[in-house]
Amino acid sequence: MSDHAADDTVPEVDESRRKFLIAATAGTGAVGAILTAVPFVASWKPSESARAAGLPTEVDLSKLEPGQMATVFWRKKQVYVVRRTPEMLASLGGHDGELKDAPSEESEQPEYTKNPARALRPDVFVAIGTCTHLGCLPKTRFTPGDATLSADWPGGFFCPCHGSKFDLAGRVFQGSPASVNLVIPPYSFDGENRLIVGVDPAQQGAA
Amino acid sequence: MSAVIDQANKGGFRAWLNKRLPVDQFIEDQLTGYYAPKNFNIWYFFGSLALLVFVMQIVTGIFVTMHFKPGEATAWDSVQYMVREVPYMWLIQPMHAVGASFFFIVVYLHMARAMLYGSYKAPRELLWIIGMVIYLALMAEAFMGYVLPNGNMSYWGAQVIINLFGTIPGIGEALVEWIRGDYGIGDATLTRFFSLHVIAVPFLLALLIALHLVALRQTGSNNPDGIEIKERLGGDGKPVDGIPFHPYYTLKDIVGVGLFLTLFAIVVFFVPTFGGLFMEAPNFEPANPSSTPEHIAPVWYFTPYYAILRAVPDQKIGALLMALSIAAFLFLPWLDRAKNKSIRYRGWASKILLGTFFVTFLVLMWLGLKPADGIYVLLARIFTALYFAFFILLFFVSKADGNGPVPDRVTYHAH
Repeated sequence: MSDHAADDTVPEVDESRRKFLIAATAGTGAVGAILTAVPFVASWKPSESARAAGLPTEVDLSKLEPGQMATVFWRKKQVYVVRRTPEMLASLGGHDGELKDAPSEESEQPEYTKNPARALRPDVFVAIGTCTHLGCLPKTRFTPGDATLSADWPGGFFCPCHGSKFDLAGRVFQGSPASVNLVIPPYSFDGENRLIVGVDPAQQGAA
Repeated sequence: MSAVIDQANKGGFRAWLNKRLPVDQFIEDQLTGYYAPKNFNIWYFFGSLALLVFVMQIVTGIFVTMHFKPGEATAWDSVQYMVREVPYMWLIQPMHAVGASFFFIVVYLHMARAMLYGSYKAPRELLWIIGMVIYLALMAEAFMGYVLPNGNMSYWGAQVIINLFGTIPGIGEALVEWIRGDYGIGDATLTRFFSLHVIAVPFLLALLIALHLVALRQTGSNNPDGIEIKERLGGDGKPVDGIPFHPYYTLKDIVGVGLFLTLFAIVVFFVPTFGGLFMEAPNFEPANPSSTPEHIAPVWYFTPYYAILRAVPDQKIGALLMALSIAAFLFLPWLDRAKNKSIRYRGWASKILLGTFFVTFLVLMWLGLKPADGIYVLLARIFTALYFAFFILLFFVSKADGNGPVPDRVTYHAH
């Protein structure tokens, strides 16, 4: 019987070894699972052809009269191009106190447009025509004192979706659900009348 | 082991089957041996009706998928083609579209019932939370389904909703690009939404519904009196105030199903757009990235939250409050500190509070359909404040006036 007892003895379990093996297996498995997730997650990023479609867009300014706006597409977004008249530029001066971000500190624009007119050339205003609130298209309300808005309306853009108001430099008025000014894309000029949306002035020679 | 099971084990095909697949055991556990309180009222139709609409959406969805071609160039035309040229798809496609609205009607009433009778309170907190996750998955499912046909409201609604993710600090822009798979809503967006809408989310919903039912079988149903029938068992070990779900409630539910399908058929056949509420006018023209509809509103079941989003004059805080307004429901089991579950055994303050909340939800729903200007903005702000006030006040009011005496037995009048 004593012989049998010796045979039946359960070998002592090395708890620390077992713990280590469990942790090592679980850890390796978790790392593997995360690495496996990478291709699946990354497959949602824009494809090569979607990226290629994001090439620069050219606009011929000679066909745009002062006071008019043209709309072009760049990276699936509408880009507003406004030929501003001297009166329109003068309208930008009087309402800094009513703006959320008059100096465009919080807003998104290339460094070379971070000025009061928010433009490379004051007479040409270029901005992405989607409201910085939730992406609707702000409508043009260029007439000062527009009857649908208010008597002291200086002229600008009005988003019909949630009521955000922007001036003629795309700066957002207080009381709008949008928090920042209209986004300005990188752009540059090639000569007097050729606007290239999507290329910085510094890159232009290279492109 | 019950008599039913003993019988089944005696011999023959049924015994053979049950040894290999516990069919009779399953039926007994889920239906004939599941004791539900005998005092259910009409509010208790909506659980089984929600399951019915889910099945209807799956079946109609399978048939819509047979003709639908996801993608920017094909989606709109394939819907036009199926409803105009494929036999009877003029009926099946609107059944699927109208079904989405009925799903939410049923789910909102089901949630209202839980709030009336305190069904989210212990021990049913997880049951409620699983239900809320179902509600969230359903919102995602409905949103993507609305985007798929690529109508103009599909496009602009998607624009607004996807851009909400852009308000998350730091990662927002990259996240939005990742969700769309393009610099704007495009082919990649529509095809991935199709995949999620027909495979991933329905599969997740089925799993969650199964979990919801398992959790319900574990705790047992609450009832209009909010007292636990399991605490009063008869000599047979069954609750004295309980009756087997089958045949009693399966038969009762058939009445609800009949009424529901009658209403559903009336809407599908005579007013499928429901005055622009179930299908919005701008969605009867194809997506146009250069023309925002004069007035963007989501479908009615999202408008309470949309009204909250628009009420705030700051984009990030607006999006945050909107997320919070939905998440607030998750905390109800802990915000409600009353001893009694049912509104029947709470004071006037609780009744007024809950009643005000139901009205607030409906007013916000209406406001979300209105343009965001003038008096509507002011009203949206007032009712947004009232909405959140409910969750805060509940914490105090429930503690103060929800502790009166409750009856020992459920209130029941034989018919």
